[in-house]
Amino acid sequence: MTQPRPYRRPSTPVFTALGLLLALAVAQGGHALATAPQQAARLAANRQIVHDLGLSDLALFTEARYTRHPALADHAAPFQDAPGSFEHFPSGSFVPPAGPWGTARLGFDAQEVTQ
Amino acid sequence: MKTLRRQRALADYTLAALARRKVKNSALVGVFSLVVFLLASAMFFASALRHEADTALQGVPDLIVQHLSLGRQGMISEDRIAELESIRGVSKVRGRLWGYYYDRVVGANYTVMVPDGGAMPPPGQVIVGEGVLRARGLDWEGAPLFLSRKQGDLSRFDIAKTFDSDSALLTADLLLMNEADFRAFFSVPAGVYTDIAARVRNANELATIVDKATRIMPDERFVTRDDIARTYMKLFDWREGLMVALGAMAMLAFAIFAADKASGLSAEESREIGILKAIGWDTRDVIAMKLWEGGLVSIGAFLLGCVAAYAHVFWFGATLFAPVLKGWAVIYPDFPLAPVIDAAQLVTLFLLTVLPYAAATVVPVWRVASADPDAVMR
Repeated sequence: MTQPRPYRRPSTPVFTALGLLLALAVAQGGHALATAPQQAARLAANRQIVHDLGLSDLALFTEARYTRHPALADHAAPFQDAPGSFEHFPSGSFVPPAGPWGTARLGFDAQEVTQ
Repeated sequence: MKTLRRQRALADYTLAALARRKVKNSALVGVFSLVVFLLASAMFFASALRHEADTALQGVPDLIVQHLSLGRQGMISEDRIAELESIRGVSKVRGRLWGYYYDRVVGANYTVMVPDGGAMPPPGQVIVGEGVLRARGLDWEGAPLFLSRKQGDLSRFDIAKTFDSDSALLTADLLLMNEADFRAFFSVPAGVYTDIAARVRNANELATIVDKATRIMPDERFVTRDDIARTYMKLFDWREGLMVALGAMAMLAFAIFAADKASGLSAEESREIGILKAIGWDTRDVIAMKLWEGGLVSIGAFLLGCVAAYAHVFWFGATLFAPVLKGWAVIYPDFPLAPVIDAAQLVTLFLLTVLPYAAATVVPVWRVASADPDAVMR
């Protein structure tokens, strides 16, 4: 005759797993707090680099002039490369035009072109 | 104590019931976690990047003056420096020399710049960002950098210093040169600069200064620190907008999946509730059992998704988003992100994911549970 298997409460492993996840989340919060002074020092050093070198933009997208320096991109001449023009580089879709553009509008039908 | 024991028993029953449809429920938790993971990753990444940019860009020049010629930027005369200095309130005016160099060897774009006095490397030497070294594969000490402008031309530069990856977000593609080298290499005549950067003693006077400067130099374009900040604010808003649009689609797909799972009670589930009621369960017990089901699934998935998202962004360098940053660029910044957790955003994510699911589980059950067991079982 086989012994009946002892009853294991199904909630025990699930609660343990949830507890572990919660502990991990708390540990991540601790990680964020613990690294904060070090990160603040790094950010301050970065700010100093920007100040010393007179940088104006982030090196986020280096593939085109207007995505490397969106703040200084040309936006006066029509049909040249600029954020918002017909896109050539993938990162251009992540960099919106700098603006403000004034009252002129770029359009295609006769009414818009003559505006 | 009795209440706790009762709730524990309800949780046991719920989990045993969930285990009967193991595959379906595991898939549900998996998809739910994935949705939370994607949304939370995008959220962590965007807020950390925004924080990084906000802090770094506090150091940008107050005013940048560009010369416009034929509708695009041209070189600016050094006479403008004296004109700008003559305006009261303007200080530290300096001509900036910078431009782009397309490296045909590796197909990368570098930003070449002449730094201010103290930071300027001696002639024949350059200071480079880590991305340049990575692109060129110059990983040994003392490796020289050869740059070519055209066929048959080769200039040698020694690397004086390298920026480390801590500042990669700003310096990844930078190549700092001596002024004489820059002018010789790019054939820039003396007396002209790419643009002029200036500091302003009192930030409140910036608008007045720009007004005065525009009258003195009507051909020039003035980019203020606020313009730069606005450009980046727009960039991040735009990007977050794209992420939210993608996230909303994921949420919608999940909502359909969850609503189908949670609200449409199957005949089997209705019969189960009928039997529970027939053997003496209270309507309250049935609803508590279903609350346990909704809560365990949604809180578990939320925790799993958030914990995985934090690890993804701050421990593994947001590897899923790297292709977005890279685009077609050969040089992309490989930078650490300072963990920034926006509690309000986390709460919003919680409210958008956990509550609707828990509600969708409970409402149909309440309707069935309050009906007559005999009618439900039939």
